[in-house]
Amino acid sequence: MKHRIKPATRKSFITYAIMIAAFIFVEILVSTGNASNMFQGLLVPFCVYSISAAALNLTVGILGELSLGQAGFMCIGAYSSAIFSVCTKDTITQAWIRFPIAMLIGGIFAALFGVLIGIPVLRLRGDYLAIVTLAFGEIIKNVFAALYVGYDSNGLHFSLTSQGDLNLAPDGKMLINGALGISGTPKDSTFVIGFIVLMISLVILYNFTNSRTGRAVMSVRDNRIAAESIGLNITKYKLITFGLTAFLGGVAGALFSHNLSALQASKFDYNLSILILVFVVLGGIGNIRGSVIAAIVLTYIPEALRKAGSNLTNYRMLIYSIILIIMMIFTSNAKIRGFFTASFMRLKGIVFKNKSAVKEGE
Amino acid sequence: MALLEVKKLGISFGGLRAVDDFSMTIEKGELYGLIGPNGAGKTTIFNMLTGVYKPTDGSIWLDGKNITGKSTTEINKSGIARTFQNIRLFSKLSVLDNVKAGLTNRYTYSTATGIFRLPKFFRTEREMTEKAIELLKPFELDGDADLLASNLPYGKQRKLEIARALATGPKLLLLDEPAAGMNPRETAGLMNTILTVRDDFGVTVLLIEHDMSLVSGICEKLSVLNFGQLLCEGKTGDVLRNPEVIKAYLGE
Amino acid sequence: MAFLDNLINGISLGSIYAVIALGYTLVYGIAKMLNFAHGDVIMVGGYVIFTAMTSMKLNAYLSVLIAILACTVLGIIIEKVAYKPLRQATSLAVLITAIGVSYFLQNMALLIFGEKPVTFTSVIDIPKITLFDGQIVIKSETTAAIVVSVLIVVGLSLFVNKTKSGRAMLAVSEDKDAAQLMGINVNRTISLTFAIGSGLAAIAGALLCSTYPVLSNTTGAMPGIKAFVAAVFGGIGSIPGAMIGGLLIGVIEILGRAYISPQLADAIVFAVLIVVLIVKPTGILGKKVNEKV
Repeated sequence: MKHRIKPATRKSFITYAIMIAAFIFVEILVSTGNASNMFQGLLVPFCVYSISAAALNLTVGILGELSLGQAGFMCIGAYSSAIFSVCTKDTITQAWIRFPIAMLIGGIFAALFGVLIGIPVLRLRGDYLAIVTLAFGEIIKNVFAALYVGYDSNGLHFSLTSQGDLNLAPDGKMLINGALGISGTPKDSTFVIGFIVLMISLVILYNFTNSRTGRAVMSVRDNRIAAESIGLNITKYKLITFGLTAFLGGVAGALFSHNLSALQASKFDYNLSILILVFVVLGGIGNIRGSVIAAIVLTYIPEALRKAGSNLTNYRMLIYSIILIIMMIFTSNAKIRGFFTASFMRLKGIVFKNKSAVKEGE
Repeated sequence: MALLEVKKLGISFGGLRAVDDFSMTIEKGELYGLIGPNGAGKTTIFNMLTGVYKPTDGSIWLDGKNITGKSTTEINKSGIARTFQNIRLFSKLSVLDNVKAGLTNRYTYSTATGIFRLPKFFRTEREMTEKAIELLKPFELDGDADLLASNLPYGKQRKLEIARALATGPKLLLLDEPAAGMNPRETAGLMNTILTVRDDFGVTVLLIEHDMSLVSGICEKLSVLNFGQLLCEGKTGDVLRNPEVIKAYLGE
Repeated sequence: MAFLDNLINGISLGSIYAVIALGYTLVYGIAKMLNFAHGDVIMVGGYVIFTAMTSMKLNAYLSVLIAILACTVLGIIIEKVAYKPLRQATSLAVLITAIGVSYFLQNMALLIFGEKPVTFTSVIDIPKITLFDGQIVIKSETTAAIVVSVLIVVGLSLFVNKTKSGRAMLAVSEDKDAAQLMGINVNRTISLTFAIGSGLAAIAGALLCSTYPVLSNTTGAMPGIKAFVAAVFGGIGSIPGAMIGGLLIGVIEILGRAYISPQLADAIVFAVLIVVLIVKPTGILGKKVNEKV
């Protein structure tokens, strides 16, 4: 037993290797001048969506609960980290110190909200949880869109009505300007930092899944009543998972906000949550590597199509929706899935002239 | 002192009195059977003992501690583990991981230790694997450790459920129809396994069963339930000869 | 008087939510699925009426009738193609499929009608009601929304409780397998439910677009979600619950918009949902379901 590498461990190391190889490839492309501006502009978004999708897969795939509020956690992470950076960019001048702290702050705030929200709502299941997480995401978006924050020598000022209500002193500065959002965030996000954060996120996700806690979480997913009968505290494991998903969502949000000089809360509506869920579903529910690949490919293709001037871009969301429906029907309908497995095995049997493969499929 | 004492237990669902005035005493180390016709309330009693249902009346005492109305999780921690009539395994986990899930509360390290792969993670995981294999052996499942639980044949799934329950280190093990769906040869094997488990792991066993060969073969004492009430209790031989019991099973 | 005005607007919006919520509640009660695409059927209904009235120059009521038929057929097709293969699947798979259907309808409309919202001509031509010497004016759309929603609730309650098909729906919602054993055609009943729900969505589309005359491909999305909130609020599966929930959500939204903050009105509605689910997870008129062990 000792000398054997576990399949789960092997899987995670293959993912790390693929990521590092892809990173080196991209770096070569960029340094040799073979990468277009469009592609270089997508490098940070690749990391943002990958991290967020991989994190959401923890809740959807490992815990088996549907959350439609991932954009809300990204929003909290984006705003809280941006406020920190704007306030401290004159005192902490070095980005390599300031940015990691900003990301941690983004992650911690998002996780705090995740746990706070999770305590009441994780009692709900299935569709109810989905709609409540969607509701929370929308509340967060709406509150940030209505929020005015400024600071002066007296400290921070908050208002939910207008800029004037802040009563800022003459030396005061605006941090969040209602629906106009937050501006002046230092552009600290780079591809290298994004990649490092993505790798750390993947290590956290894989190690979490392949640990005592991850096993307990999957037990809760597979059979809640049996999990209770072996003494597992359902709420605790749900909260840990939900909190970790929110934390990484918040970190992704921080990467996002530090990639744009101006950011509005309206970017974080439920369509973003759904988009990230699409990445998770098309990458394979429970398959962390798949989420990352789906996030990158599905972020790149539409941009590339737009660049190529193709009118296929208009069909992008239509095609997504059709693929989404077909994927779910194919993976969830026992009859159809059985038919395709059998046909696949038969095909394999014909190709390799291996009769035993045919029997296996039937 | 008795290991399990059930006093005047009762539960109503709406207007229906599913179990009424049920009392039972099980001594440490006993192999106790709970029998009765279909719908007599046997599984309901199991559900009350494990906190799935909250009893309307009466009390449950384990090892002198009142556990009435506690949650399933707390009751398992105080020492009761169970299997289910309709098998409830963690179907997408391996056989080994099903048992290791049962060990979660006995071999601990923090979530952070797991994420950062600190030395305690490797040490504890190794101990868990060894313990899990040891638990799988009496059920002849150690060879199937890497299979997905859902890929096991039916009989082995029932055994895995028992192994998983034992992994939580219970004082009292509740088996809900352990021989259901097994052929006579498999049932005979299971009887031996239950006896071995009782002796090797030092647990007390309470089981629900319809297979009379298993009941008369291994149970030392029986309680018979009919229409939610205790019909009679005592040594297995005496109970099975009781005309009331025969009538309940065969009708007039 | 301003308060009374707001209250009337709230009841008007609430009545529309109620009609949408009825569709949700029926489908959820019987097929046990959250039909995320329900809101988008409203949008389809709106576009059908718009096309019939502008391109084909048809009469308003005839256009509404065409929309009802079109949406009914659409509902049946959606159910047959996307949801029926997933009858035994997890709720996660079904919900994701429903999100897929929602996206499909929205983007299909985007391709056909373009990004630019169109201006919708009201289909209602009854006179408005003036009270207190013109201090309060009840718009014709408001009167129509209230009357139509009440008629639908009464009609639907009668249908479900008094007709054979309606009682079959009740039976399927209680226990699909048992209903099947009793000789009820479960597939047909579920189809019927989708047909009724989608037909109601078309009516809701006519009312919504007449009251708020801007129509785009995402018009149905938010009202759809809020109507689901209303259905949950009132207790999912309950017809009077959907009515009560719809009215409450409409009134809360309009009053919140007027007296608290226009930006936060949606947030207030969603906050109400969360509070309701935490205090009484089954809603105002819902009933508890136990899981069998």
